[in-house]
Amino acid sequence: MRLLLAALLTSVALPAMAGEIWVTNEKDDTVSVIDVETLEVVNTYPTGERPRGVTFSKDFSRLYICASDSNTVQVMDPNTGEILHDLPSGEDPEQFVLAPDDRHLYIANEDDAVTTVVDTQSRTVVAQINVGIEPEGMAVSPDGKVAITTSETTNMAHWIDTATQTLFANTLVDARPRHAEFTADGAALWVSSEIGGTITVFETKGQTEIGKVRFAIQGVNQDLVQPVGFKFSPDGAKAFVALGPANHVAVVNTATYEVEKFILVGRRVWHMAYSPDQSQLFTTNGVSGDVTVIDVASEEPIKSIKVGRFPWGAAMRP
Amino acid sequence: MNHLIRTTGLCAAMVLAVALPAGAQQQKPALAVPMVYLRQEVPQPPVLSNLDPIPDDLGIAGAEVALKDNQSTGAFMGQDFSLTVISVPPDGDLPAAARDALAQAQLVLLDGEAAHLMAVTDLPEAKGALFFNVAAGDEALRSDECRANLLHTIPETAARTDALMQVLVARQWSDLAMIVGPTAKDGTFADHLRRSAAKFGLAIAGEVPWTFDTDLRDSTMDEVPRFTQTLPDHDVLLVADPTDDFGRYVLHNTWLPRPVAGSHGLHAEGWASVIEAWGAVQLQNRFEAHAARPMRGEDYAAWTAIRAIGEAVTRTGSADPAALRAYMLSDAFQLDGFKGRALTFRHWNGQMRQPIAVVNDRALVTLAPVAGFLHQRNETDSLGLDEPESRCTAFKE
Repeated sequence: MRLLLAALLTSVALPAMAGEIWVTNEKDDTVSVIDVETLEVVNTYPTGERPRGVTFSKDFSRLYICASDSNTVQVMDPNTGEILHDLPSGEDPEQFVLAPDDRHLYIANEDDAVTTVVDTQSRTVVAQINVGIEPEGMAVSPDGKVAITTSETTNMAHWIDTATQTLFANTLVDARPRHAEFTADGAALWVSSEIGGTITVFETKGQTEIGKVRFAIQGVNQDLVQPVGFKFSPDGAKAFVALGPANHVAVVNTATYEVEKFILVGRRVWHMAYSPDQSQLFTTNGVSGDVTVIDVASEEPIKSIKVGRFPWGAAMRP
Repeated sequence: MNHLIRTTGLCAAMVLAVALPAGAQQQKPALAVPMVYLRQEVPQPPVLSNLDPIPDDLGIAGAEVALKDNQSTGAFMGQDFSLTVISVPPDGDLPAAARDALAQAQLVLLDGEAAHLMAVTDLPEAKGALFFNVAAGDEALRSDECRANLLHTIPETAARTDALMQVLVARQWSDLAMIVGPTAKDGTFADHLRRSAAKFGLAIAGEVPWTFDTDLRDSTMDEVPRFTQTLPDHDVLLVADPTDDFGRYVLHNTWLPRPVAGSHGLHAEGWASVIEAWGAVQLQNRFEAHAARPMRGEDYAAWTAIRAIGEAVTRTGSADPAALRAYMLSDAFQLDGFKGRALTFRHWNGQMRQPIAVVNDRALVTLAPVAGFLHQRNETDSLGLDEPESRCTAFKE
């Protein structure tokens, strides 16, 4: 009887784990909504053209979507899938990051060599900052004081002082930087280079390079190992790095910068998002058009979920 | 007239000045990186169709787009890239123009035929300079006639025909026939097709020379089927017509319902307007905005040459040709060329190692090397002259 009660309690506790992963489908102009509990697509909503970067407001009441070919950032009500309004974004927004103030979006305008800062409340452009050719990766420090844009052809991380919206440093990285993230304490910045095949680690203070992560997978040609999106583990001890056409996610030890494991996922893996309890990691696989679910504890893939054509960005809603 | 590169409107020297991006920070005195695009204009033979004239700015437009890319990075790094274009008329004095170019810059893109290139690289004034072949696919330039001061960003013709044959092998279309055009260039291209076919184990069962000397355009549907009727059965009909004279009239006019490949139909290029993936759309957009036409292989070769210089200058902090050459030939050099793999230089003959686009007019079929064609060093070295095949010794220190 007591056993039964325990089992009952467990099953009642399950919904707390539930949540959704929202995935942009670049070639379908839709977002797919995956139910974390059932691991099935429960909704598909239309978006503007070529949706890529995607993120939620802090209270998860708004979904921001980079509709690259519509030259706008769309604001969606995630409860209805309705597009509430568009934000001025500059041309060809590809990737963005929401500042810790929950108000300012820093947007990379890929075709324009510009980073646009948009106030999501007044729906106005606050600043435009000239950066290198093909800006893409966007990050903001946990204290909100520094924003980063990486430029794919200029091969730099551009450091933006968010108080003045001006550049205060430009640091070279390897070829075609795609994604940037600060560590949780804000002390370090990681930048992935797709063609260079590396991640460069900078000390935030002083913007000096302090480490380099390299990847080599047995049986995969070195020039197909192309790090793009990545996420740190909840405890910060590891980083999960999507390796594009190498079809693997690398597990990197953040203390030693050594790769501990490669996890096989779908074809051309781009970006990823955690489940609400951070026990699962969902990766978007562009070419195979699916999402791989990775069990974070065992670092094993447990399921593939078919979504739309060319899934790219991913965001979690509890 | 539209096939002859026109000289009017092209100043002997066009200096391009592009404003540096605002917000750029200059931390140290700018390092000047002057570059020259030196072109020997080559008269083009008349062709049947008027549909696709050769653009006047072929190649040059690619260099101009890359210059802007370099200037963007340069603005952040304190490096000032500039480009001068010198175009020599068909009867012009190339050595004099080359001396003029070398007085301005030691980093020179060369656009012309193989003999023109060697006439420049062998000048006494050229000794310390670094040249980039952006136009000539000749094998000799990568083998017996290679030059230590000449790198190649245009793919060798053999790399293109190898890429095409890899696709035919992958499709298991192994029996081939070929129509060979009448000019020397046609013969050379046909020879590359034969050798690439043999390299990948394909058989050319029959060949026929193109002999029509009339304007066929009104009668292709009567003439070409009968002309191709004499060929033995085949999976694919190859056409060797690199100057684009008659090849377009072979498609869909063959006796047997067979795909056409080679210079027409399925063809292999260093770059094509149908490449979309790997961020290529951004480059295509930048190019079209600049030149108001699609980007071609020659434009891409010039773009990669200027970008290779930019990458080497950025990483070494030097504009010295010897330092840049050493860096480009080292393992550290890698250039993103929007083809999904890093572009590097082969250390044995200075050829840029790059994927080749196998395309039709509307879509990319694949980027070669095709999966399954392995190589002990780099799969891309399954395309073109590999180290043991090249007789180049100029790159051995």
